Amino acid sequence: MTRGMRLKEAKAYVAGKLGVSTGDLSDPVVMGDLRSELGLARVVTPEATYPREANAIEAKFRIARLLDLPINCVNRFAERAGLGRPSSS
Amino acid sequence: MESRIKTRMGDGSLVEMTRSEIRSELEAGVEAAVGRAKAPPLADDELGHLLDIYASPSRFSAVDIGDEVVLSVDGTNAGAFLSTQQDLQVYEQNFCLDIIEVAHIDYSYKAVKAIIPSQAQVVRDAQLALTVPLNYGAMPNLGLYSQPDGPVPNWAELLPQGRIDEARQGQEQAVEHAVKDMIEVGEGMWEAGVDGMDFDTAGAAGDGDFLATLRAIERLRAMFPDLGIEVGMAGEFVLGMHGQLEYDGVRLAGLWPREQMKLAAKAGATIFGPAVNTNTRKSGAWNIARALTLVKPCCDEAEIPIHMNVGMGVGGVPMAYYAPVDGVGRASRACVDILRLDGL
Repeated sequence: MTRGMRLKEAKAYVAGKLGVSTGDLSDPVVMGDLRSELGLARVVTPEATYPREANAIEAKFRIARLLDLPINCVNRFAERAGLGRPSSS
Repeated sequence: MESRIKTRMGDGSLVEMTRSEIRSELEAGVEAAVGRAKAPPLADDELGHLLDIYASPSRFSAVDIGDEVVLSVDGTNAGAFLSTQQDLQVYEQNFCLDIIEVAHIDYSYKAVKAIIPSQAQVVRDAQLALTVPLNYGAMPNLGLYSQPDGPVPNWAELLPQGRIDEARQGQEQAVEHAVKDMIEVGEGMWEAGVDGMDFDTAGAAGDGDFLATLRAIERLRAMFPDLGIEVGMAGEFVLGMHGQLEYDGVRLAGLWPREQMKLAAKAGATIFGPAVNTNTRKSGAWNIARALTLVKPCCDEAEIPIHMNVGMGVGGVPMAYYAPVDGVGRASRACVDILRLDGL
């Protein structure tokens, strides 16, 4: 959404970074396990209550790093918390 | 004798048609678009696929596994259920949208400018609790800059009096005000940590409205290279309320989706949302065929992701407050299957 990348290209980019097929990206079973394993947040409400796992802004730090994408709120958070700039921008 | 199939009208009412009648509706919808916009007609195999979708008696219709697209949405928080932040979390976690949006109930950049700090705080707080990307959205809404609501002469009053030059000057002044407000709001939201800006119902007040949007996008893109910028149009055709306004040497009045998309991309948008209004007196089949024919050239030549407006009263979806899932599902699937777009 920030690079104006068309869907086919965007799916290939994300799948490549995650090491899965593009078809896996819309498979909730595969992605549920992968998101948990990589700390990318469990989004759906019943799965959101895992206090030891990354969620929301914590997960977005990991997403920015893993996908090599600048995420504005992550950079803002890092600056304001004195953590430097964690994602490329 | 052909069996009769339940299908929707553009106002959402349920009627019965035969497969042949639905086919005729589809052909008439294509013809209407070709006649109006000089767009190429849909191919026979595309019409055949549309017929299969719209002649199906099933309640649900969906794309094939693996063909899923991104769902972005406007105005995902209006305080309808809970607090703003809780609304956003509901849209993220229960409605499963991919890109959600903070929006104020006034939903116009002019109105939001006065409350940027409080809206920016909402964005900042929400970003701590959300995982999916977050837009800030509002309408350019050029009409709000005309008297008595705004500072410039009201062109809607001047035009019927034949005071064309004054009406045009009023719109040109309104464009300047609107651009300034949209940039100011965009700056505030970027500082708060928003992922993208949504300019919703662009062109609603005509060519001046669209010009203001394009100029604001151009400036914001230059200021914030990593900002997502989504443009959702108000309708399929840019009305020439001014008639002489241009962007990058292209006259804005009379532009159809393909040309709208090209200018939005040139200005710096990263997502473009074409809109085709639903005719409530025609069938759902007629409406979707017309909408797809109008938008297909835009998708075929798209340089940025296309998220077609497929909601109440646009994109072949019935104009009904409680949108029937069979109508929404068919229209959504048809858009993805025929247009090969990026999102809805």
